Amino acid sequence: MKQIYLDYSATTPVKEDVVKEMIPYYTEVYGNPSSLYSVGLEAKQGLELARERVAKLINAQPAEIRFTSCGTEADNWVLEGVADALKNKGNHIITSKIEHHAILHTCEHLEKNGFEVTYLDVDSEGFVSPEALEAAIKDTTILVSIMMVNNEIGTIQPIKELAAVAKAHGVLFHTDAVQALGNVPIDVKDLGVDFISMSAHKIYGPKGVGALYIRKGARINNYMHGGGQEARKRAGTENMAGIVGFGKAAELSMNNLDAHIEHCSTLRNKLWEKIQAEIPHVQVNGSMDKRHPGNLNVSFDYIEGEAILLLLDAHGICVSTGSACSSGSLAPSQVLEALGVPVTKMNGTIRFTVGDFTTDEDIDNVVEVLSKVVARLREMSPVTGKEGW
Amino acid sequence: MALYNETVMEHFMNPHNVGEIENPDGKGTYGSPVCGDMMQITIKVDEEEKIVDAKFKTFGCGSAIASSSMATDMIIGMSVEEALDLSNKKIVDELGGLPPAKIHCSVLAEHAIKSAIYDYATKYGKTYAGLEGFDPDAEEDHHHDDIEEE
Ligand SMILES: Cc1ncc(COP(=O)(O)O)c(C=O)c1O
Repeated sequence: MKQIYLDYSATTPVKEDVVKEMIPYYTEVYGNPSSLYSVGLEAKQGLELARERVAKLINAQPAEIRFTSCGTEADNWVLEGVADALKNKGNHIITSKIEHHAILHTCEHLEKNGFEVTYLDVDSEGFVSPEALEAAIKDTTILVSIMMVNNEIGTIQPIKELAAVAKAHGVLFHTDAVQALGNVPIDVKDLGVDFISMSAHKIYGPKGVGALYIRKGARINNYMHGGGQEARKRAGTENMAGIVGFGKAAELSMNNLDAHIEHCSTLRNKLWEKIQAEIPHVQVNGSMDKRHPGNLNVSFDYIEGEAILLLLDAHGICVSTGSACSSGSLAPSQVLEALGVPVTKMNGTIRFTVGDFTTDEDIDNVVEVLSKVVARLREMSPVTGKEGW
Repeated sequence: MALYNETVMEHFMNPHNVGEIENPDGKGTYGSPVCGDMMQITIKVDEEEKIVDAKFKTFGCGSAIASSSMATDMIIGMSVEEALDLSNKKIVDELGGLPPAKIHCSVLAEHAIKSAIYDYATKYGKTYAGLEGFDPDAEEDHHHDDIEEE
Protein backbone atom coordinates (compact mmCIF):
# COMPACT_ATOMS: atom_id res chain seq x y z
CA MET A 1 0.00 0.00 0.00
CA LYS A 2 1.37 3.38 -0.99
CA GLN A 3 1.53 5.83 1.85
CA ILE A 4 0.06 9.27 1.21
CA TYR A 5 1.40 11.75 3.70
CA LEU A 6 -0.80 14.82 4.15
CA ASP A 7 0.54 16.08 7.44
CA TYR A 8 3.42 18.33 6.42
CA SER A 9 2.56 20.78 9.20
CA ALA A 10 3.33 18.09 11.77
CA THR A 11 6.71 17.48 10.23
CA THR A 12 8.32 16.91 6.84
CA PRO A 13 10.54 14.17 5.48
CA VAL A 14 14.17 15.30 5.29
CA LYS A 15 15.22 15.90 1.70
CA GLU A 16 18.02 13.70 0.38
CA ASP A 17 20.29 16.65 -0.42
CA VAL A 18 19.88 17.75 3.18
CA VAL A 19 20.79 14.35 4.58
CA LYS A 20 23.80 14.23 2.27
CA GLU A 21 25.22 17.43 3.71
CA MET A 22 24.53 16.33 7.27
CA ILE A 23 26.23 12.94 7.30
CA PRO A 24 29.88 14.10 7.15
CA TYR A 25 29.29 16.13 10.30
CA TYR A 26 28.75 12.90 12.23
CA THR A 27 31.73 11.00 10.89
CA GLU A 28 34.39 13.21 9.32
CA VAL A 29 33.84 16.79 10.42
CA TYR A 30 33.06 15.66 13.95
CA GLY A 31 35.11 18.38 15.62
CA ASN A 32 33.70 20.74 18.18
CA PRO A 33 33.24 24.09 16.41
CA SER A 34 34.76 25.82 19.44
CA SER A 35 38.03 23.88 19.05
CA LEU A 36 41.02 25.58 17.52
CA TYR A 37 42.50 22.76 15.43
CA SER A 38 41.50 22.08 11.86
CA VAL A 39 38.64 19.60 12.33
CA GLY A 40 37.11 22.07 14.80
CA LEU A 41 37.61 25.01 12.48
CA GLU A 42 36.10 23.04 9.65
CA ALA A 43 33.02 22.39 11.76
CA LYS A 44 32.91 26.09 12.59
CA GLN A 45 32.91 26.85 8.89
CA GLY A 46 29.91 24.55 8.39
CA LEU A 47 28.14 26.22 11.28
CA GLU A 48 28.65 29.69 9.84
CA LEU A 49 27.54 28.64 6.36
CA ALA A 50 24.32 27.29 7.86
CA ARG A 51 23.82 30.58 9.70
CA GLU A 52 24.25 32.52 6.47
CA ARG A 53 21.73 30.32 4.69
CA VAL A 54 19.08 30.60 7.38
CA ALA A 55 19.69 34.37 7.61
CA LYS A 56 19.24 34.70 3.87
CA LEU A 57 15.87 32.95 3.92
CA ILE A 58 14.45 35.75 6.09
CA ASN A 59 16.72 38.58 4.83
CA ALA A 60 18.54 38.91 8.16
CA GLN A 61 22.23 39.33 9.02
CA PRO A 62 23.96 36.04 9.95
CA ALA A 63 24.86 37.47 13.38
CA GLU A 64 21.15 37.90 14.07
CA ILE A 65 20.54 34.12 13.87
CA ARG A 66 21.02 32.00 17.02
CA PHE A 67 20.53 28.27 16.73
CA THR A 68 18.43 26.44 19.31
CA SER A 69 17.38 22.86 19.97
CA CYS A 70 13.93 23.36 18.39
CA GLY A 71 11.19 25.87 17.66
CA THR A 72 9.84 25.37 21.15
CA GLU A 73 13.12 26.50 22.68
CA ALA A 74 13.12 29.62 20.52
CA ASP A 75 9.59 30.43 21.75
CA ASN A 76 10.52 29.78 25.39
CA TRP A 77 13.71 31.80 25.07
CA VAL A 78 12.11 34.88 23.61
CA LEU A 79 9.33 35.07 26.19
CA GLU A 80 11.48 34.25 29.21
CA GLY A 81 14.48 36.19 27.92
CA VAL A 82 12.59 39.41 27.20
CA ALA A 83 10.54 39.11 30.38
CA ASP A 84 13.74 38.77 32.35
CA ALA A 85 15.55 41.59 30.55
CA LEU A 86 12.68 44.07 30.85
CA LYS A 87 11.09 43.11 34.15
CA ASN A 88 11.98 46.46 35.64
CA LYS A 89 10.25 48.23 32.78
CA GLY A 90 6.99 46.31 32.92
CA ASN A 91 5.30 42.97 33.39
CA HIS A 92 2.72 42.87 30.63
CA ILE A 93 2.88 40.59 27.58
CA ILE A 94 0.37 40.43 24.73
CA THR A 95 -0.21 37.32 22.64
CA SER A 96 -3.18 35.67 20.92
CA LYS A 97 -5.57 32.88 21.81
CA ILE A 98 -4.45 30.80 18.83
CA GLU A 99 -0.73 30.49 19.55
CA HIS A 100 1.09 27.17 19.69
CA HIS A 101 1.44 25.59 23.13
CA ALA A 102 5.13 26.54 23.07
CA ILE A 103 3.92 30.14 23.49
CA LEU A 104 0.73 29.60 25.49
CA HIS A 105 2.22 27.34 28.13
CA THR A 106 5.27 29.58 28.52
CA CYS A 107 2.90 32.52 29.02
CA GLU A 108 1.01 30.56 31.67
CA HIS A 109 4.31 29.87 33.37
CA LEU A 110 5.18 33.57 33.32
CA GLU A 111 1.76 34.41 34.76
CA LYS A 112 2.61 32.25 37.77
CA ASN A 113 5.74 34.35 38.18
CA GLY A 114 4.02 37.70 38.35
CA PHE A 115 3.64 38.59 34.69
CA GLU A 116 0.35 39.66 33.23
CA VAL A 117 -0.64 38.24 29.85
CA THR A 118 -3.38 39.43 27.48
CA TYR A 119 -4.62 36.82 25.02
CA LEU A 120 -6.07 38.58 21.99
CA ASP A 121 -9.13 37.16 20.27
CA VAL A 122 -9.29 36.35 16.59
CA ASP A 123 -12.21 37.02 14.25
CA SER A 124 -14.24 34.20 12.68
CA GLU A 125 -11.71 33.96 9.84
CA GLY A 126 -8.85 33.53 12.29
CA PHE A 127 -7.18 36.96 12.23
CA VAL A 128 -5.86 39.17 15.01
CA SER A 129 -6.69 42.82 14.36
CA PRO A 130 -4.13 45.61 14.72
CA GLU A 131 -6.85 47.71 16.40
CA ALA A 132 -7.31 45.08 19.10
CA LEU A 133 -3.57 45.06 19.66
CA GLU A 134 -3.47 48.85 19.83
CA ALA A 135 -6.21 48.79 22.47
CA ALA A 136 -4.43 46.17 24.56
CA ILE A 137 -1.07 47.95 24.84
CA LYS A 138 -0.39 49.57 28.21
CA ASP A 139 2.50 51.44 29.81
CA THR A 140 3.67 48.15 31.31
CA THR A 141 3.66 46.19 28.03
CA ILE A 142 7.11 44.80 27.25
CA LEU A 143 6.49 42.27 24.48
CA VAL A 144 3.96 41.33 21.83
CA SER A 145 4.07 37.79 20.43
CA ILE A 146 1.76 36.90 17.53
CA MET A 147 2.36 33.88 15.33
CA MET A 148 2.86 34.42 11.61
CA VAL A 149 1.01 31.30 10.43
CA ASN A 150 -1.30 29.26 12.59
CA ASN A 151 -0.49 25.57 12.79
CA GLU A 152 -4.09 24.32 12.73
CA ILE A 153 -5.93 26.57 10.31
CA GLY A 154 -2.98 28.09 8.44
CA THR A 155 -4.13 31.69 8.58
CA ILE A 156 -1.39 34.26 7.89
CA GLN A 157 -1.53 37.14 10.35
CA PRO A 158 -0.94 40.75 9.27
CA ILE A 159 2.46 40.75 10.99
CA LYS A 160 3.75 43.94 9.36
CA GLU A 161 0.73 45.93 10.58
CA LEU A 162 0.82 44.34 14.04
CA ALA A 163 4.56 44.95 14.42
CA ALA A 164 4.08 48.59 13.41
CA VAL A 165 1.55 49.04 16.23
CA ALA A 166 3.99 47.61 18.77
CA LYS A 167 6.84 49.70 17.42
CA ALA A 168 4.80 52.91 17.66
CA HIS A 169 4.57 52.22 21.40
CA GLY A 170 8.21 51.20 21.71
CA VAL A 171 7.24 47.61 22.49
CA LEU A 172 9.28 44.64 21.25
CA PHE A 173 7.57 42.31 18.77
CA HIS A 174 8.07 38.57 18.32
CA THR A 175 6.52 36.25 15.78
CA ASP A 176 6.50 32.46 15.85
CA ALA A 177 7.20 31.69 12.20
CA VAL A 178 7.66 27.93 12.60
CA GLN A 179 4.78 27.20 10.22
CA ALA A 180 5.45 30.23 8.04
CA LEU A 181 9.08 29.55 7.22
CA GLY A 182 9.42 28.20 3.71
CA ASN A 183 5.69 28.65 3.10
CA VAL A 184 5.36 32.42 2.97
CA PRO A 185 8.05 34.94 1.99
CA ILE A 186 9.63 36.45 5.10
CA ASP A 187 11.66 39.64 5.03
CA VAL A 188 12.57 40.85 8.50
CA LYS A 189 13.53 44.30 7.24
CA ASP A 190 10.16 44.78 5.64
CA LEU A 191 8.20 43.23 8.53
CA GLY A 192 9.90 45.31 11.20
CA VAL A 193 9.87 42.56 13.83
CA ASP A 194 12.42 42.09 16.63
CA PHE A 195 12.37 38.30 17.06
CA ILE A 196 11.38 35.30 14.94
CA SER A 197 11.15 31.64 15.97
CA MET A 198 11.97 29.00 13.38
CA SER A 199 12.28 25.24 13.20
CA ALA A 200 14.05 23.01 10.66
CA HIS A 201 11.71 20.03 10.60
CA LYS A 202 8.87 21.89 8.93
CA ILE A 203 11.03 22.80 5.92
CA TYR A 204 12.41 19.36 4.99
CA GLY A 205 15.22 19.63 7.51
CA PRO A 206 15.90 17.50 10.59
CA LYS A 207 13.96 17.47 13.87
CA GLY A 208 15.53 18.91 16.99
CA VAL A 209 17.00 22.10 15.58
CA GLY A 210 15.56 25.59 15.45
CA ALA A 211 16.65 29.19 15.54
CA LEU A 212 15.76 32.53 17.01
CA TYR A 213 16.25 35.65 14.95
CA ILE A 214 17.26 38.49 17.27
CA ARG A 215 17.27 41.89 15.60
CA LYS A 216 20.59 43.58 16.21
CA GLY A 217 20.19 45.62 19.38
CA ALA A 218 16.94 44.01 20.59
CA ARG A 219 17.05 43.39 24.34
CA ILE A 220 16.85 39.82 25.51
CA ASN A 221 18.58 37.81 28.23
CA ASN A 222 19.96 34.31 27.89
CA TYR A 223 17.81 31.28 28.49
CA MET A 224 20.42 28.52 28.31
CA HIS A 225 23.37 29.25 30.58
CA GLY A 226 26.76 27.64 30.12
CA GLY A 227 29.55 27.89 27.59
CA GLY A 228 30.24 30.70 25.18
CA GLN A 229 28.59 29.25 22.09
CA GLU A 230 26.45 31.30 19.72
CA ALA A 231 28.33 34.52 20.58
CA ARG A 232 27.64 33.83 24.26
CA LYS A 233 23.90 34.02 23.68
CA ARG A 234 22.96 30.35 23.67
CA ALA A 235 25.12 27.87 25.54
CA GLY A 236 25.59 24.24 24.59
CA THR A 237 27.74 22.43 22.06
CA GLU A 238 26.06 22.84 18.71
CA ASN A 239 23.98 20.10 17.10
CA MET A 240 26.28 20.32 14.11
CA ALA A 241 24.65 17.87 11.71
CA GLY A 242 21.24 19.27 12.60
CA ILE A 243 22.31 22.85 12.07
CA VAL A 244 24.02 22.04 8.78
CA GLY A 245 20.84 20.26 7.71
CA PHE A 246 18.78 23.29 8.69
CA GLY A 247 21.08 25.48 6.60
CA LYS A 248 20.77 23.25 3.54
CA ALA A 249 17.00 23.01 3.95
CA ALA A 250 16.85 26.82 4.18
CA GLU A 251 18.87 27.14 0.99
CA LEU A 252 16.63 24.69 -0.88
CA SER A 253 13.58 26.46 0.47
CA MET A 254 14.90 29.84 -0.65
CA ASN A 255 15.55 28.59 -4.19
CA ASN A 256 12.26 26.72 -4.39
CA LEU A 257 9.91 29.09 -2.58
CA ASP A 258 7.74 30.30 -5.46
CA ALA A 259 7.43 26.85 -7.02
CA HIS A 260 6.68 25.32 -3.60
CA ILE A 261 3.91 27.82 -2.90
CA GLU A 262 2.44 27.30 -6.37
CA HIS A 263 2.62 23.50 -6.13
CA CYS A 264 1.08 23.35 -2.66
CA SER A 265 -1.69 25.88 -3.18
CA THR A 266 -2.75 24.25 -6.46
CA LEU A 267 -3.06 20.83 -4.83
CA ARG A 268 -4.63 22.20 -1.66
CA ASN A 269 -7.25 24.09 -3.65
CA LYS A 270 -7.97 21.02 -5.71
CA LEU A 271 -8.38 19.00 -2.52
CA TRP A 272 -10.93 21.45 -1.15
CA GLU A 273 -12.82 21.68 -4.44
CA LYS A 274 -13.06 17.91 -4.72
CA ILE A 275 -14.12 17.52 -1.10
CA GLN A 276 -16.88 20.08 -1.59
CA ALA A 277 -18.00 18.42 -4.80
CA GLU A 278 -18.10 14.91 -3.38
CA ILE A 279 -18.89 15.20 0.31
CA PRO A 280 -21.94 17.05 1.67
CA HIS A 281 -22.04 18.86 5.03
CA VAL A 282 -18.47 20.06 5.19
CA GLN A 283 -17.00 23.38 6.22
CA VAL A 284 -13.55 24.88 5.91
CA ASN A 285 -12.18 26.59 9.02
CA GLY A 286 -10.24 29.82 8.63
CA SER A 287 -9.94 32.18 5.70
CA MET A 288 -9.13 30.58 2.34
CA ASP A 289 -6.98 33.48 1.27
CA LYS A 290 -4.08 34.66 3.40
CA ARG A 291 -3.50 31.04 4.28
CA HIS A 292 -0.57 28.61 4.43
CA PRO A 293 -0.37 27.24 0.86
CA GLY A 294 -0.59 23.61 1.94
CA ASN A 295 -3.15 23.85 4.76
CA LEU A 296 -6.76 22.74 4.64
CA ASN A 297 -8.76 22.41 7.84
CA VAL A 298 -12.17 20.85 7.32
CA SER A 299 -15.05 19.97 9.64
CA PHE A 300 -17.17 16.97 8.65
CA ASP A 301 -20.59 17.15 10.26
CA TYR A 302 -22.07 14.26 12.31
CA ILE A 303 -18.85 12.29 12.76
CA GLU A 304 -15.75 12.36 14.90
CA GLY A 305 -12.23 13.21 13.76
CA GLU A 306 -10.21 10.41 15.29
CA ALA A 307 -12.43 7.81 13.65
CA ILE A 308 -11.83 9.51 10.29
CA LEU A 309 -8.09 9.59 10.96
CA LEU A 310 -7.95 5.89 11.85
CA LEU A 311 -9.88 4.77 8.78
CA LEU A 312 -7.72 6.96 6.53
CA ASP A 313 -4.63 5.50 8.19
CA ALA A 314 -5.91 2.03 7.34
CA HIS A 315 -5.67 3.19 3.71
CA GLY A 316 -2.17 4.58 4.19
CA ILE A 317 -3.31 8.19 4.37
CA CYS A 318 -1.76 10.32 7.13
CA VAL A 319 -3.66 13.37 8.42
CA SER A 320 -4.23 14.88 11.83
CA THR A 321 -7.35 15.76 13.74
CA GLY A 322 -7.98 19.47 13.88
CA SER A 323 -8.97 19.14 17.43
CA ALA A 324 -7.34 17.00 20.06
CA CYS A 325 -9.41 13.85 20.31
CA SER A 326 -12.59 14.88 21.97
CA SER A 327 -13.08 11.62 23.79
CA GLY A 328 -9.69 11.83 25.40
CA SER A 329 -8.60 13.88 28.31
CA LEU A 330 -7.31 16.61 26.03
CA ALA A 331 -9.26 19.79 25.64
CA PRO A 332 -10.78 20.58 22.27
CA SER A 333 -8.79 22.87 20.03
CA GLN A 334 -8.45 26.34 21.47
CA VAL A 335 -7.93 27.58 17.92
CA LEU A 336 -11.28 26.33 16.62
CA GLU A 337 -12.87 27.55 19.83
CA ALA A 338 -11.41 31.04 19.31
CA LEU A 339 -12.77 30.99 15.76
CA GLY A 340 -16.23 30.30 17.12
CA VAL A 341 -16.56 26.89 15.46
CA PRO A 342 -19.47 25.06 17.17
CA VAL A 343 -18.31 22.19 19.39
CA THR A 344 -20.30 19.67 17.38
CA LYS A 345 -18.38 20.57 14.23
CA MET A 346 -15.09 20.87 16.10
CA ASN A 347 -15.17 17.20 16.98
CA GLY A 348 -15.21 16.21 13.32
CA THR A 349 -12.29 18.30 12.17
CA ILE A 350 -9.34 17.11 10.10
CA ARG A 351 -6.21 19.04 9.16
CA PHE A 352 -4.69 18.17 5.79
CA THR A 353 -1.34 19.66 4.75
CA VAL A 354 0.12 19.00 1.35
CA GLY A 355 3.81 19.44 0.60
CA ASP A 356 6.55 19.08 -1.99
CA PHE A 357 6.10 15.33 -2.41
CA THR A 358 2.32 15.41 -2.77
CA THR A 359 1.09 14.61 -6.28
CA ASP A 360 -2.07 15.39 -8.20
CA GLU A 361 -2.92 11.71 -8.18
CA ASP A 362 -2.58 11.62 -4.38
CA ILE A 363 -5.37 14.16 -4.11
CA ASP A 364 -7.68 12.08 -6.33
CA ASN A 365 -6.94 8.98 -4.27
CA VAL A 366 -7.42 10.74 -0.95
CA VAL A 367 -10.81 12.18 -1.88
CA GLU A 368 -11.96 8.84 -3.20
CA VAL A 369 -11.10 7.12 0.08
CA LEU A 370 -12.25 10.04 2.19
CA SER A 371 -15.73 10.15 0.72
CA LYS A 372 -16.17 6.44 1.47
CA VAL A 373 -14.81 6.81 4.99
CA VAL A 374 -17.07 9.77 5.75
CA ALA A 375 -20.14 8.04 4.32
CA ARG A 376 -19.40 4.91 6.34
CA LEU A 377 -19.00 6.77 9.62
CA ARG A 378 -22.10 8.84 8.96
CA GLU A 379 -24.08 5.66 8.42
CA MET A 380 -22.86 4.51 11.80
CA SER A 381 -23.67 7.80 13.52
CA PRO A 382 -26.83 8.51 15.50
CA VAL A 383 -26.39 12.20 14.71
CA THR A 384 -28.16 13.38 11.58
CA GLY A 385 -28.37 17.13 12.02
CA LYS A 386 -32.09 17.00 12.65
CA GLU A 387 -31.63 17.02 16.39
CA GLY A 388 -30.84 20.70 16.50
CA TRP A 389 -27.31 20.43 17.85
CA MET B 1 1.72 0.16 14.41
CA ALA B 2 -1.77 1.09 15.48
CA LEU B 3 -3.23 3.36 18.10
CA TYR B 4 -5.15 0.52 19.76
CA ASN B 5 -4.62 -3.19 20.34
CA GLU B 6 -5.66 -5.72 17.72
CA THR B 7 -9.04 -6.54 19.24
CA VAL B 8 -10.03 -2.90 19.49
CA MET B 9 -8.81 -2.21 15.95
CA GLU B 10 -10.72 -5.23 14.62
CA HIS B 11 -13.95 -4.08 16.30
CA PHE B 12 -13.39 -0.56 15.03
CA MET B 13 -12.55 -1.54 11.46
CA ASN B 14 -15.25 -4.22 11.20
CA PRO B 15 -17.82 -3.35 13.85
CA HIS B 16 -20.56 -5.84 14.64
CA ASN B 17 -24.22 -4.95 15.14
CA VAL B 18 -24.19 -1.57 13.44
CA GLY B 19 -27.62 -0.08 12.85
CA GLU B 20 -30.96 0.35 14.47
CA ILE B 21 -33.59 -2.30 15.26
CA GLU B 22 -37.02 -1.50 13.89
CA ASN B 23 -39.67 -1.41 16.62
CA PRO B 24 -37.14 -2.15 19.36
CA ASP B 25 -38.21 -3.28 22.81
CA GLY B 26 -35.78 -0.80 24.26
CA LYS B 27 -33.84 2.17 22.97
CA GLY B 28 -31.22 4.12 24.86
CA THR B 29 -28.99 7.03 23.97
CA TYR B 30 -26.12 8.36 25.97
CA GLY B 31 -23.72 11.27 25.54
CA SER B 32 -24.01 14.01 22.95
CA PRO B 33 -21.91 15.27 20.06
CA VAL B 34 -21.06 18.26 22.22
CA CYS B 35 -19.24 15.96 24.61
CA GLY B 36 -17.43 14.30 21.73
CA ASP B 37 -19.30 11.03 21.70
CA MET B 38 -22.79 9.69 21.65
CA MET B 39 -24.09 6.15 21.57
CA GLN B 40 -27.51 4.81 20.70
CA ILE B 41 -28.39 1.20 21.48
CA THR B 42 -31.57 -0.60 20.47
CA ILE B 43 -32.50 -4.03 21.85
CA LYS B 44 -34.95 -6.83 21.14
CA VAL B 45 -36.03 -8.83 24.21
CA ASP B 46 -37.99 -12.11 24.19
CA GLU B 47 -40.62 -13.37 26.68
CA GLU B 48 -37.95 -14.98 28.84
CA GLU B 49 -36.41 -11.53 29.26
CA LYS B 50 -33.45 -12.52 27.18
CA ILE B 51 -31.78 -10.02 24.83
CA VAL B 52 -32.03 -11.63 21.42
CA ASP B 53 -30.68 -8.76 19.37
CA ALA B 54 -28.87 -5.48 19.88
CA LYS B 55 -27.68 -2.80 17.49
CA PHE B 56 -25.78 0.42 17.90
CA LYS B 57 -25.16 3.75 16.26
CA THR B 58 -22.24 5.73 17.57
CA PHE B 59 -20.76 9.16 17.06
CA GLY B 60 -17.26 8.95 18.44
CA CYS B 61 -13.65 7.95 18.16
CA GLY B 62 -12.21 4.54 17.38
CA SER B 63 -12.52 3.22 20.89
CA ALA B 64 -16.12 4.44 21.22
CA ILE B 65 -17.08 2.49 18.11
CA ALA B 66 -15.11 -0.58 19.23
CA SER B 67 -16.70 -0.41 22.70
CA SER B 68 -20.18 -0.25 21.11
CA SER B 69 -19.44 -3.22 18.91
CA MET B 70 -18.02 -5.30 21.76
CA ALA B 71 -20.75 -4.31 24.23
CA THR B 72 -23.58 -5.21 21.85
CA ASP B 73 -21.85 -8.52 21.08
CA MET B 74 -21.65 -9.24 24.79
CA ILE B 75 -25.29 -8.52 25.66
CA ILE B 76 -26.80 -10.53 22.81
CA GLY B 77 -27.88 -13.79 24.42
CA MET B 78 -27.73 -12.40 27.95
CA SER B 79 -30.75 -12.11 30.21
CA VAL B 80 -31.73 -8.54 31.00
CA GLU B 81 -30.47 -9.08 34.55
CA GLU B 82 -27.08 -10.20 33.28
CA ALA B 83 -26.85 -7.28 30.89
CA LEU B 84 -27.55 -4.87 33.75
CA ASP B 85 -24.64 -6.42 35.55
CA LEU B 86 -22.28 -5.72 32.65
CA SER B 87 -19.75 -3.19 33.91
CA ASN B 88 -17.59 -1.00 31.76
CA LYS B 89 -14.63 -2.87 33.19
CA LYS B 90 -15.84 -6.13 31.68
CA ILE B 91 -16.17 -4.42 28.30
CA VAL B 92 -12.63 -3.07 28.62
CA ASP B 93 -11.31 -6.49 29.63
CA GLU B 94 -13.00 -8.15 26.70
CA LEU B 95 -11.40 -5.55 24.42
CA GLY B 96 -8.01 -6.41 25.88
CA GLY B 97 -7.68 -2.95 27.41
CA LEU B 98 -8.15 0.65 26.34
CA PRO B 99 -5.75 3.58 26.80
CA PRO B 100 -6.54 5.37 30.10
CA ALA B 101 -7.97 8.43 28.35
CA LYS B 102 -10.40 6.19 26.47
CA ILE B 103 -11.85 4.20 29.37
CA HIS B 104 -14.67 6.71 29.22
CA CYS B 105 -15.89 5.12 25.96
CA SER B 106 -16.64 1.87 27.77
CA VAL B 107 -18.56 3.81 30.43
CA LEU B 108 -20.62 5.31 27.64
CA ALA B 109 -21.47 1.81 26.37
CA GLU B 110 -22.44 0.62 29.83
CA HIS B 111 -24.75 3.61 30.25
CA ALA B 112 -26.28 3.30 26.79
CA ILE B 113 -27.14 -0.34 27.53
CA LYS B 114 -28.69 0.61 30.88
CA SER B 115 -30.68 3.33 29.14
CA ALA B 116 -32.01 0.88 26.57
CA ILE B 117 -33.00 -1.56 29.32
CA TYR B 118 -34.58 1.28 31.30
CA ASP B 119 -36.69 2.06 28.26
CA TYR B 120 -37.65 -1.62 27.94
CA ALA B 121 -38.50 -1.87 31.64
CA THR B 122 -40.62 1.26 31.52
CA LYS B 123 -42.46 0.05 28.43
CA TYR B 124 -43.15 -3.41 29.79
CA GLY B 125 -43.66 -2.48 33.44
CA LYS B 126 -40.68 -4.44 34.76
CA THR B 127 -38.49 -3.63 37.70
CA TYR B 128 -34.87 -4.64 38.10
CA ALA B 129 -32.54 -4.22 41.04
CA GLY B 130 -29.83 -3.28 38.56
CA LEU B 131 -31.79 -0.19 37.50
CA GLU B 132 -32.23 1.17 40.97
CA GLY B 133 -31.24 4.82 41.08
CA PHE B 134 -30.43 4.83 37.38
CA ASP B 135 -31.30 8.08 35.64
CA PRO B 136 -31.17 7.79 31.85
CA ASP B 137 -31.15 11.56 31.51
CA ALA B 138 -28.26 12.14 33.90
CA GLU B 139 -25.64 14.44 32.44
CA GLU B 140 -22.67 12.72 30.99
CA ASP B 141 -19.63 13.16 33.15
CA HIS B 142 -17.37 15.58 31.32
CA HIS B 143 -14.25 14.55 33.10
CA HIS B 144 -13.74 11.55 31.01
CA ASP B 145 -10.48 10.32 32.34
CA ASP B 146 -11.04 10.40 36.05
CA ILE B 147 -13.71 7.77 36.32
CA GLU B 148 -13.53 4.06 36.62
CA GLU B 149 -9.99 3.84 35.45
CA GLU B 150 -8.17 0.60 35.84
C1 LIG C 1 3.50 27.30 15.33
C2 LIG C 1 4.49 26.38 15.96
N1 LIG C 1 5.32 26.84 16.90
C3 LIG C 1 6.24 26.05 17.48
C4 LIG C 1 6.35 24.72 17.14
C5 LIG C 1 7.36 23.87 17.85
O1 LIG C 1 8.46 23.58 17.05
P1 LIG C 1 9.41 22.36 17.43
O2 LIG C 1 8.65 21.13 17.08
O3 LIG C 1 10.64 22.52 16.60
O4 LIG C 1 9.69 22.46 18.87
C6 LIG C 1 5.50 24.19 16.17
C7 LIG C 1 5.61 22.77 15.78
O5 LIG C 1 4.72 21.96 15.93
C8 LIG C 1 4.53 25.03 15.57
O6 LIG C 1 3.69 24.57 14.66
